[in-house]
Amino acid sequence: MSKLGTLGARLHRGEIGYDFVGKRKIWYGISILITITAIVGLAVRGLNMGIEFQGGAVFTTEKTSISVSQAETYAEEASGHDAIVQKLGNGGLRIQVAGIDTGKSDQIKEDLAKDLKVDPEKINADLVGPSWGEQVANKAWQGLAIFMVLVVIYLAIAFELRMALAALVALIHDITITVGVYALVGFEVTPGTVIGLLTILGYSLYDTVVVFDSLKEQTKDITKQTRWTYSEIADRSINGTLVRSINTTVVALLPVGGLLFIGGGVLGAGMLNDISLSLFVGLAAGAYSSIFIATPLVADLKEREPQMKALKKRVLAKRAAAAAKGESLEAPVVDRAYEDEDGSEGEPADATPAVVGPRPQRAQPSSRGRGRGRPSGKRR
Amino acid sequence: MAAPKKGRQGTQGRPGRTLALILIAIVALTGGMFASGHTTPRLGIDLAGGTSITLQAKNEPGQKNAINKTNMDTAVDIMNRRVNGLGVSEAEVQTQGSSNIIVNIPKGTNSKQAREQVGTTAKLYFRPVLTTEVSGGAAASPSPSATGSSSASPSADSGKESEKATSSSSPTSSATSQGRAVTDALKADPTPSKTTGESSASASPSASASESVDPATAKLQAEYTALDCSKKTARAKAGDGVKASDPTVACGQNSQGQWQKYILGPAEVEGTDVDKASAVFDTQGAAGWKVTMDFTGKGGKKFASITGKLAQNQSPQNQFAIVLDGEVVSDPYVSQALTGGTAEISGSFDQQESEDLANMLSYGALPLTFTEASVTTVTAALGGEQLEAGLIAGAIGLALVIIYLVLYYRGLSLIAIASLLVSAVMTYVIMSLLGPTIGFALNLPAVCGAIVAIGITADSFIVFFERIRDEIREGRSMRPAVERAWPRARRTILVSDFVSFLAAAVLFVVTVGKVQGFAFTLGLTTLLDVVVVFTFTKPLMTLLARRKFFGEGHSWSGLDPKRLGVQPPLRRTRRVSAPVDTKEA
Repeated sequence: MSKLGTLGARLHRGEIGYDFVGKRKIWYGISILITITAIVGLAVRGLNMGIEFQGGAVFTTEKTSISVSQAETYAEEASGHDAIVQKLGNGGLRIQVAGIDTGKSDQIKEDLAKDLKVDPEKINADLVGPSWGEQVANKAWQGLAIFMVLVVIYLAIAFELRMALAALVALIHDITITVGVYALVGFEVTPGTVIGLLTILGYSLYDTVVVFDSLKEQTKDITKQTRWTYSEIADRSINGTLVRSINTTVVALLPVGGLLFIGGGVLGAGMLNDISLSLFVGLAAGAYSSIFIATPLVADLKEREPQMKALKKRVLAKRAAAAAKGESLEAPVVDRAYEDEDGSEGEPADATPAVVGPRPQRAQPSSRGRGRGRPSGKRR
Repeated sequence: MAAPKKGRQGTQGRPGRTLALILIAIVALTGGMFASGHTTPRLGIDLAGGTSITLQAKNEPGQKNAINKTNMDTAVDIMNRRVNGLGVSEAEVQTQGSSNIIVNIPKGTNSKQAREQVGTTAKLYFRPVLTTEVSGGAAASPSPSATGSSSASPSADSGKESEKATSSSSPTSSATSQGRAVTDALKADPTPSKTTGESSASASPSASASESVDPATAKLQAEYTALDCSKKTARAKAGDGVKASDPTVACGQNSQGQWQKYILGPAEVEGTDVDKASAVFDTQGAAGWKVTMDFTGKGGKKFASITGKLAQNQSPQNQFAIVLDGEVVSDPYVSQALTGGTAEISGSFDQQESEDLANMLSYGALPLTFTEASVTTVTAALGGEQLEAGLIAGAIGLALVIIYLVLYYRGLSLIAIASLLVSAVMTYVIMSLLGPTIGFALNLPAVCGAIVAIGITADSFIVFFERIRDEIREGRSMRPAVERAWPRARRTILVSDFVSFLAAAVLFVVTVGKVQGFAFTLGLTTLLDVVVVFTFTKPLMTLLARRKFFGEGHSWSGLDPKRLGVQPPLRRTRRVSAPVDTKEA
């Protein structure tokens, strides 16, 4: 722990850090690769919609001594789909199976009758419609669309439009990956899955907003200094909240991981698997995208602003001047090759402090704010 | 909402008091839960099972192909909204076969009420009254004195006081033939003056009935004469299968509890013209519970026009009947055009009945009539082992979270765990209490959602703790560090929770069914997160910062400056880490 604590301290001071923004292209690449895989998986395998969405067949038996879980196994063997089995008041069973048409249902009825050791004539087969009807789905889409518009407006006001767009990209990224993984694994999509996806939607945005909040705070007076570019401060901001991000992700993933691996895996529960898989993948993707996609994307977009371009020029000019004088004021010389990636700028690339962009306010004399007993004024 | 920058003293001033208040609130809520006797949240049908009702669509005469997929799907949608108006009750509705609908209701729901709600067709018509009399027993004379039967007043803005100037005394009409003439004329021409001009014949309402020439009218008249509303079977048959555009006979109960029979004109306004309905308690009149209806724009105009015309007739033809599923529930008088776009139904409703009726009217009539084919109990769709597995796994996950927090945050984890506990208790208690109040039922996805909510709640503490640690790393001592960290952590928490809450609010308003139920749970847990952090975590932190253990940064407090790596003079000297490999980029 003390190591982690020290790590936190060093991250805080910017002694160490990972160059998230500088290496963004790698992570963009990885994300694009995963997303494409997900989309291909979705296109090739398609989603396996459950009975709640597409309806299916229902078999009602007379009183039987077969247990519910036994019947479930039989029904799944006979049909190849997930089955919902309920015991009725009269001791009979109601077995629902997704995606079955009339022809196939007769076959399954025969199989079931054999397995359950009852007369096929005594099994009543019928088709059921979806309980999650079109209206529910349509309204859900409508709600999502309205929410997306509102959240972009809100983030554009609370932060700025670029951040709102980046958050949206990260959100779509997370949802696509989760749906894709779902298609690849081939689990049946249940209302639980959809609820899981919606939970992720909330979580993904939540996590992005927490990271953006720190970014906004640190870049507040960015144009008033000439030591760091936007990208560097963005990097600094991610590193500063890294401990929080890791902790939150661990705390959120541990219970869901418990559900997925212990509940679903060991105890072999069905619907738990569906939900916890979508939650697990989505939460992981959400935490990842806030750091590796959303923030670098904001930095990318911001660096295109004339203001930020000008700032970068000033910063680089200053560093070049300092380098020419042979003194490195604040940072060790690390060839960060930031410009290599962004080749269009023909600036000298020698004295770029990698991730050592402290908070802007620290550009002031460093003794500030260290007076111990003094009443704590507001920072800004 | 975004960035409240003021009011640092809010919880700083009296942390003990805030803490005491929230604890009292929790104790009160918990006490309330035990007092109400609902000590566990109601579980959804997937976890607890419930009742399954099978409804069969009835073939009606004259509507051969009514039982088709479109109508069945519409019926499913409407039933779904009737039993699951808020989306939190976890009821499920689906078609079975070509003419059945299954409604599954979780255990603990009032299944009798639910059966009435889904099974009632709720076809609503406003029809002009042509003739009415008390039916059954020693039948009274066709009574203009049916005034007693008017158990309702048409609208808030209606008064029985004024005879309008335009309604001259002349246009009294004969019962059936003329009554039809009136309504036909009404349909043909909206201006009341012309109507009155045309229908100038004057006769007593009942007398001229037999003079009718129209065979259909004669048939109606014969039906009317034969109708004995005191018999239940007769009531059920009255007006069966009659189209909305034809006149009909119907029964209704007047305020004295007598059965009254009616000849009614074609429907002028229908249930589809009702935008929404709600149950209100009439505090002024003695009418008790009643249902008020808001018409759609079109419906309001139609209603204004029909009432305007009716107002000029004489009793009983200045009455209109509100007919629900073939029975007259109310037959108010009209003395002037009602242009308010609202109407109300009053009768001898109790609260439950008026709420149910309003609910049914709001979501519209079923396109088909259904009979109950069977009612049976069903066991949980997922089986007990699913919930058990989920709870065991969730418990293991939680234990891991606690171990992680203790290892990482040491003393601080006490605050985190206490806050999580408070949050868990509040969630549990509120969900238990919402079961009986709004029919909230917890399904497996919601249980999983609550587990994820743990992560989001914990994040609020983590954001706060990390801020405090950052402040300590800047060289502050404990108490100022807490007070400086809070406003910034608070802003982060509020901004991010607002996004979650926005999602919940939008989805709750727009969507239906399970998505709506999800939105409810998300909104609830988000609100609780904010409440717990503001009223519990922060005050507790402030209090503990005054203790020596935390305030002086004991090495087990999680706030030990040394462990946090405070080394002020050495700040920002030399990078220690391995240089980043630039080649990769």
